[in-house]
Amino acid sequence: MKRWEIEGIVELKDLELPNEEQLRKGVAIIECVQEIPCNPCVDACPTNAISMENINALPKIDYEKCIGCGKCIEVCPGLAIFVVKVNEKALISLPYEFLPLPKEGQKVKALDREGKEICDAIVKKVKKGKTPVITIEVPPQYAMEARNIRIA
Amino acid sequence: MRIIEHPIIEFKRGRKIHFYYNGKKLEAYEGETIAAALYANGIKILSKSLRKGRPRGFFCGIGKCSSCLMKVNGIPNVRTCITLIKEGDVVEDNDMVLPEKEYPECKFTKLNTDIAIVGGGPAGLSAAIEAADYANVLLIDENHRLGGQLIKQTHKFFGSKKEKAGTRGIEIAKELEDEVRKKNIKILLNTSVIGYYDRGYHFLVAVDKMNRTVYEIKAGKIIFATGAQENMLLFDGNDLPGVYGAGGVQTLMNVYGVKPGNVGLIVGAGNVGLILAYQLLQADVEVACIVEAMPKIGGYFVHAAKIRRCGVPIYTGHSIKKAYGNEHVEGAIIAKLDEKWNFIEGSEKDIKCDFICLAVGLSPTIRLIAQTGADILFINEAGGWVALHNEYMETTKPGIYVAGDLANIEEASTAMLEGKIAGLHAVIEFAKNDKTKIMEKIKEYMEDLEIFRQGYFGIRPKIAKEKIWRKYHEKMGNRRNS
Ligand code: SF4
Ligand code: SF4
Ligand code: FES
Repeated sequence: MKRWEIEGIVELKDLELPNEEQLRKGVAIIECVQEIPCNPCVDACPTNAISMENINALPKIDYEKCIGCGKCIEVCPGLAIFVVKVNEKALISLPYEFLPLPKEGQKVKALDREGKEICDAIVKKVKKGKTPVITIEVPPQYAMEARNIRIA
Repeated sequence: MRIIEHPIIEFKRGRKIHFYYNGKKLEAYEGETIAAALYANGIKILSKSLRKGRPRGFFCGIGKCSSCLMKVNGIPNVRTCITLIKEGDVVEDNDMVLPEKEYPECKFTKLNTDIAIVGGGPAGLSAAIEAADYANVLLIDENHRLGGQLIKQTHKFFGSKKEKAGTRGIEIAKELEDEVRKKNIKILLNTSVIGYYDRGYHFLVAVDKMNRTVYEIKAGKIIFATGAQENMLLFDGNDLPGVYGAGGVQTLMNVYGVKPGNVGLIVGAGNVGLILAYQLLQADVEVACIVEAMPKIGGYFVHAAKIRRCGVPIYTGHSIKKAYGNEHVEGAIIAKLDEKWNFIEGSEKDIKCDFICLAVGLSPTIRLIAQTGADILFINEAGGWVALHNEYMETTKPGIYVAGDLANIEEASTAMLEGKIAGLHAVIEFAKNDKTKIMEKIKEYMEDLEIFRQGYFGIRPKIAKEKIWRKYHEKMGNRRNS
């Protein structure tokens, strides 16, 4: 059994990750590792970067085609997609369905996949919509760890 | 207790009104149920057990368990969880005796319809929409609004675009209701079908209790879409007020905007338990943990991940041993299970919480369909007792159909497809020239269902359906041969 089956926490070795160059431009990391009948991410992508053999298959992303637009984040009912862009700092866009929404420029705590605080983060962008998308800035070493925020 | 701001739901409360509870004047909002109004006023004990007088809170929240029965305006045994509060209502503890007459001072109304549909959830609504193009349709639901359990589903649906994926359940309910209202469909709300009789034709008795009206309904065909009910779990203290069905909590919180408490414990990490945990967090209610008896999480990984990254622990291989508290839940003891499902001594944890949600599965609500004489069988994979039926959703009693959770515990998306199939098949004989068109549509919906039941999470429902169909054909084959 994989850790995610027991604990609900995916490990990086279970994901197909982008290379450094792709990360520099910013791409979607799809943390959807279980076959479920679902495909809105495929329909939402303007560059056809996400594909799926059938509705129950796992989504596959072509990091070369992905432009990091974040459209897939908003439609994903599993809230399983994050856009990550790593340069001197890491920018992470994540879905956030709680109130209050943070403000741009606000300092918040970044949480990992277990909900543990790992570092400080600065809110760079708040995109309101059916599912709001928050973009935070964290030190680059947390790019693959920070997946939620807590407003202190 | 009332939720003022919510990230997904906008609570449009009605006019402020007053009612009386055991002589005390209390405030409520128009459009909420009696049980929700009482809960918002901090009254959580609604009834007492008949023999020992043990306190009871609500449990199912959707009219299926009778743990919320009270006397309202002199009418005994009112299910307060589905009955709307009205200005000046007098709500009292139930009498512990049976009323003398069966229907005192009731109006009797006769109705005649081609198709009667019992249940206005995703399956029933979909059936009505399809059937109404070809026949007279009467849709009956015991709630005060249509939509069934979709009205509390604030998460976005999975599936493909065709089955409204990415849309929240509450929005799907609205879309279906709008469509039904556009068509020429007669709708009876607040009305419970309480009996089926075979008089050489299909005959139903239904009551609108608060309006003291009894309907006698003659129907050409009947589609039952009565849904399912939450399962109970055996543990010490499971009848304490504060032990609720997960769905009941969703209704209270997502439909009426009333918080169930401050800190919750959830039993069961299937999709219902996982989604509920997330919804509680969205309503700013703390979730202490989720316990799951199985060695792994039963629901979708993505739902589990959402709540894990909010810091909610999931204890797999654990269950609840006991709920404790004086007249209300104050905490629970959870413990680890060994391979034989026995609690491991010394592994107990004391969890402080003021409510406990049971999300340990659903059982089809078969009480009505069982009255029709359709063959009923216990099928584990289907969630319990189900009416045997064929691919067109017709049971072994000709002219009687089932759809949705009643026909196998599954998803809202599959319930809608089954409702469409049942609705169309039931009207074939009314549709003179369109028979081929109808059969084509049915075929298309069947293919959609087929696709839905592929993949890992489709295995169980698929096995259930295949058993149900096989048993149906065996029965009907035997009947034809004898
Ligand atoms: S971020 Fe934009 S381009 Fe990349 S996969 Fe998502 S929708 Fe497609
Ligand atoms: S929309 Fe989200 S949950 Fe659905 S398949 Fe795509 S990534 Fe997975
Ligand atoms: S019938 Fe009202 S709580 Fe179950």
